Amino acid sequence: MKAQADRGAPGTSGIAPSLEVTELAFAYPDGHQALYGVSLRVERGERVALLGPNGAGKTTLVLHLNGILTAGHGSVAVGGLPVARRHLQEIRRRVGIVFQDPDDQLFMPTVAEDVAFGPANFGYTGADLAARVETALATVGMAEHRDRSPLHLSGGQRRRVALATVLACDPEILVLDEPSANLDPVARRELADVLLDLDATMLMVTHDLPYALQLCPRSVVIDDGVVVADGPTRALLADAELLRRHRLELPYGFRLD
Amino acid sequence: MGAGHAHPLYRPGDSPVHRLPPEVKIVAAVVGVCCVVATPRAAFGVFAGYLLLLAGIWVVAGIPFGWILRRSLIETPFVVLAVLLPFAGDDPRIEWIGLSLSEPGLYGAWNILAKGTLGVLTSLTLAGTTPLRDLLLGLQRLHAPHLVITIATLMLRYIDVIAGEAHRMRLARISRGHDPRFLWQAGATARGVGTLFVRSYERGERVHLAMLSRGWTGRMPQLTEQRTTRRQWAVGLAPAALAAALALAGSILT
Repeated sequence: MKAQADRGAPGTSGIAPSLEVTELAFAYPDGHQALYGVSLRVERGERVALLGPNGAGKTTLVLHLNGILTAGHGSVAVGGLPVARRHLQEIRRRVGIVFQDPDDQLFMPTVAEDVAFGPANFGYTGADLAARVETALATVGMAEHRDRSPLHLSGGQRRRVALATVLACDPEILVLDEPSANLDPVARRELADVLLDLDATMLMVTHDLPYALQLCPRSVVIDDGVVVADGPTRALLADAELLRRHRLELPYGFRLD
Repeated sequence: MGAGHAHPLYRPGDSPVHRLPPEVKIVAAVVGVCCVVATPRAAFGVFAGYLLLLAGIWVVAGIPFGWILRRSLIETPFVVLAVLLPFAGDDPRIEWIGLSLSEPGLYGAWNILAKGTLGVLTSLTLAGTTPLRDLLLGLQRLHAPHLVITIATLMLRYIDVIAGEAHRMRLARISRGHDPRFLWQAGATARGVGTLFVRSYERGERVHLAMLSRGWTGRMPQLTEQRTTRRQWAVGLAPAALAAALALAGSILT
């Protein structure tokens, strides 16, 4: 957690951090304890990768961010607003989760309707709603496919539309679950281009370590329900011992040390 | 809208019938079918009137008669029963080329055949001029239960995803030497169906989570701003009014 002090300044500027997780602990109803006191602070505008082996508690953490799971102990605040039942709707607008399988996220008959689903739920109508849909689709470069069915898009296009469905809600923080999964190299790079162009706070859950390096200056490693490392991505990925201890591995031929 | 979801019963077009709001067409079709059902079976002229009315709508909508006829074959299995009635019905009986036919049976058969056919033709006309997506929108505007609308919308989207999954599972089975032609291999197919059910159920849970994350509160938002005008209602319901007049004439005259 040393790196947290190094980043210094943004926290003191008076703006609430985009995400503040404090001592979060959670056990599933079957008794399985998934999180043992996770603390994590993401400042506005930061891009952070959340790394860790399967079963480390990454997905559990993500589902706490917008109140789908409720903390057993500890708290989560988004842009200064605590995650609690009474303002769940505003929290869900502020936290834009892009799920791993776009087929789970895109459920409306056409791309444009799907992008409109979120903002319409959050009360936007008419020209406002249309403008949001257009802007979000243009941002991900999918404007010309607005009237197609998500079913007839390629994997990379679906992923970008899934991103647009969340961007249209104008989130405080963008949470991406395995954004590069099942993408071919070109689609993977195109998505990276879109993400790098966004001026958004981002938390990216991934196993794709080079992707984390490319997109996120800072990384947080969690394992067994606790944060085990937090620092500049390049430094973490160069620490072979740390990676080995937490079942993380760079692809063949890839070295940073 | 609905460009990605061509369904076999829809015939794309830009006629006045296509452009009518979906809820108007749904109401007109339901009224039309009710009129047909309420018509006394012996009012032959009235049934001919209904058919002429539908034919008029097809002309306006630019639907070829052959297109409608081919799709109306779907009715065939349901009218088999009607064919049996003249043989099995009560007295009085009439002789026709050596066959003894029951008069009430003949009437009964005609009743099923005429009303069934007109009902199918009306539904085909509605489906042929309205994309599925718009049908759902129409139902929503007519205040159909939210749950029904949500289920139907999701079905419209996921039926192809699930079919794709079933297809991939089948390929994987065949690749491992499964030959579904043999009866003793039906077990594997059945287990495949079970697996598909569980997978679809799990997907349903994930879709629900993703919907909640985007602020879903239990009802689908209406995404178009177009509102139906009185004039559209008047134009759309004119054929239904004609049908009602026919039905009335039918019950007075017979």
